Amino acid sequence: MKKRVKKIKGFSIYFMPYSEIRNLDSEGRMKKILDIIFGNNILILQGRLRLDEETRLIGDTMAMIGHVKNFRGIELAVISGNGRENLLGKIRNNVASTLFGGDIGAITIIGPATIVKEIKRNPKKIELFLNK
Amino acid sequence: MSGIKSFFNGIFSIFKSKKDIKLGFYGPPNAGKTSLANRICKDFTGEEIGKVSKIPHETRSVQFKEKVEISYKGKKMVFKMIDTPGIATKIDYEEFLKYKVKKNEAKKRAKEATQGVIESIKWLDDMDVVVVVLDATENPYNQVNITIIGNLAARKIPVLIVANKIDKRKADLKKVQAAFPEYDVIGTSARYGKNLDKFYESIFKLTKKI
Repeated sequence: MKKRVKKIKGFSIYFMPYSEIRNLDSEGRMKKILDIIFGNNILILQGRLRLDEETRLIGDTMAMIGHVKNFRGIELAVISGNGRENLLGKIRNNVASTLFGGDIGAITIIGPATIVKEIKRNPKKIELFLNK
Repeated sequence: MSGIKSFFNGIFSIFKSKKDIKLGFYGPPNAGKTSLANRICKDFTGEEIGKVSKIPHETRSVQFKEKVEISYKGKKMVFKMIDTPGIATKIDYEEFLKYKVKKNEAKKRAKEATQGVIESIKWLDDMDVVVVVLDATENPYNQVNITIIGNLAARKIPVLIVANKIDKRKADLKKVQAAFPEYDVIGTSARYGKNLDKFYESIFKLTKKI
């Protein structure tokens, strides 16, 4: 019997500035992000979630596998400073984080696993591999 | 009033210090968490904590071994060992078919593994010390590793990073050390029991930070 291969019908890349989630609580942030992911979009978020929110995102999305149609989990990657900035750089980052509420110098990529096969990351670049 | 408070704090700290130290094993699937935990449990209790396999997600629920007394250079400490399922952001049953697992069994395994990830995350709060076991032959810049390690640091839980499988040709301990410069990273081979002295030394050192 010939194996049926599901093809991806299409996807969009959605860019979200940090200002869209800055004033939301964790619940609201999760909902906003998941709405985008469930719509078969790859989300590029300016900045990053808090670490507990990143962990929650992993847990929440795993809990949704099997409950949301065609959802198989996510691929996630964050590019941010490597923590080796000089003192001035660290102060600048801390001030920005305090003022704006998150590491807005970072970029977070989140994609549904049905579209994004793998995100390979090394300190200087991110490679996005898509499913055929 | 403050005298009474400090008296009770003192009493409670005595009881607290008598509790076993909860030592968690976290990390991605197939990095060797159970192999390492087994090696330690076998050395000090004669029993293993769980089954190991080449198929990823062999550990699909949290496993415990109570009262593991580890002795190293004349010092002794009692641990409650907690071996957790590997954390991932996706689990596809088709991955298991490559290991000749039958389709129904693969689907069941994927479902259990998914629950296992959720369980592992829930347990993060309960650990006293965590060993994050990474596969030294794999790229350490995996977001799950970074998120989990960052999360533990934010909760002020002492972390030791173990780059396992250093017996393999492709293993790159320096790459793991470069990825996590703020942490103690040691290389081990759980399979051959290599570098366990260094592991015990690091664990004893880490318990001082609790």
